[in-house]
Amino acid sequence: MNAPEVAIIDSGGANINSIVFALERLGCTPVFTQDWDQIQNASHVVLPGVGAAAAAMTHLTALGLAEKIPRLTQPVLGICLGMQLLFERSEEGDVAGLGVIPDTVGKMSHAPGITIPHMGWNQNQFAQVPVDSMFNGIPDNGFAYFVHSFSAPLGPWTIAKCRHGAWFSSMVCVRNFVGIQFHPERSGALGSELLKNFLQWECVSRV
Amino acid sequence: MSNASTGLAKRIIPCLDVRDGKVVKGVQFREHRIVGDIVELSMRYRDAGADELVLYDITASPESRLVDVSWVERIARVIDIPFCVAGGIRSVEAARRVLNSGADKISVNSPAIQNPQLIQQLAEAFGSQCVVVGIDSLQMNGDYLVKKMTGDPDKTADAGLRTLDWVEQVQALGAGEIVLNCMNQDGVRQGYDVPQLALVRSICQIPLIASGGAGQASHFRDVFQHAEVDGALAASIFHNQTLAIPDLKTFLTTESITVRT
Repeated sequence: MNAPEVAIIDSGGANINSIVFALERLGCTPVFTQDWDQIQNASHVVLPGVGAAAAAMTHLTALGLAEKIPRLTQPVLGICLGMQLLFERSEEGDVAGLGVIPDTVGKMSHAPGITIPHMGWNQNQFAQVPVDSMFNGIPDNGFAYFVHSFSAPLGPWTIAKCRHGAWFSSMVCVRNFVGIQFHPERSGALGSELLKNFLQWECVSRV
Repeated sequence: MSNASTGLAKRIIPCLDVRDGKVVKGVQFREHRIVGDIVELSMRYRDAGADELVLYDITASPESRLVDVSWVERIARVIDIPFCVAGGIRSVEAARRVLNSGADKISVNSPAIQNPQLIQQLAEAFGSQCVVVGIDSLQMNGDYLVKKMTGDPDKTADAGLRTLDWVEQVQALGAGEIVLNCMNQDGVRQGYDVPQLALVRSICQIPLIASGGAGQASHFRDVFQHAEVDGALAASIFHNQTLAIPDLKTFLTTESITVRT
């Protein structure tokens, strides 16, 4: 099998190196790009995201990518904000997302014992029978590293969930799109396995 | 203490002092000896189960020098847990270099005291989740007061701020996490300053990390149970191999505290 040709979409955020290095540790040489031809021709596409939803959407819209990304047919992975951008809307800046998933990302709520940002290692619990190959070698309730203040509700596309006050989607999957709310590149062995699974993913989503 | 409404683990965070890209250990401020290679030590702690690392450039802030970021990238290439870089970051541009090199967070202390707007600028540029504010707090005359430039005893001075006021202010400015270093306890290994941390916890809605005073495993239990901090930072207890992280986590698990295992 040929090595996957991974394109990481430049959505304007900082700290892109951690995902680049994580993919390099798995033997890839990802390209970091805004160029549609490069994105379209990649075998796998990663939509990262650190920063605010509105800034990222403005950036993607200005590049003409916002309308094109939902049309991609190869495996696409949204990480953290990149997962949230897959949704129709985000309350963060009340902005339209890419619309792959018909729901709204909302602000997480403070409560006694619940600090926001949700920052640290929390448990990634399978929401469905883990038939998807994304979960090969991944333990149920394994700890993963989260950093976020907005979260996506549960829905039929939720394949793993997490609780911090309320339950939210920690992993989603629709068609060829998979989203991970936590940072696989910072989630130790569990994260590395997930990235490896993505690079071999068969896209057999049920939604 | 396990909280039924979140599965979030309490974080164990070793702090490494870095000078010229090497991990050093200070007996006193001017007496640093090299204890190891930065990448090797970072990976050793990662393998032992550290949840996060703080890498503190101990020379950067007092000497007004920018953090040399080449070592940040060397760590980011190999490590797969989050790490925070502290020391010498006094501008959005400096923070950008550190984050673009692969650090997950940056921590500011004295520069934020001199220019509180820096916190807001950093939060706007990179998001609150990247912005940690370190606070050195000293108990004096029945109050808690902020000290600045604590990296150099000759330059350490009052910041002219009450700790509780500063904690409120940095949250309002957009900080994503606070590391509270309780100076009365620092280096004496008699336990974290639980009363002070509990007081700060009561007004702190963002993650709060305890620093200063860890001497044995029960100190971690006490600060998690009674001050409800999100994480505990420690240096010498780990570097001296007084306490191994796997043993600490086993102990905390038996004490019903959620840790990542």
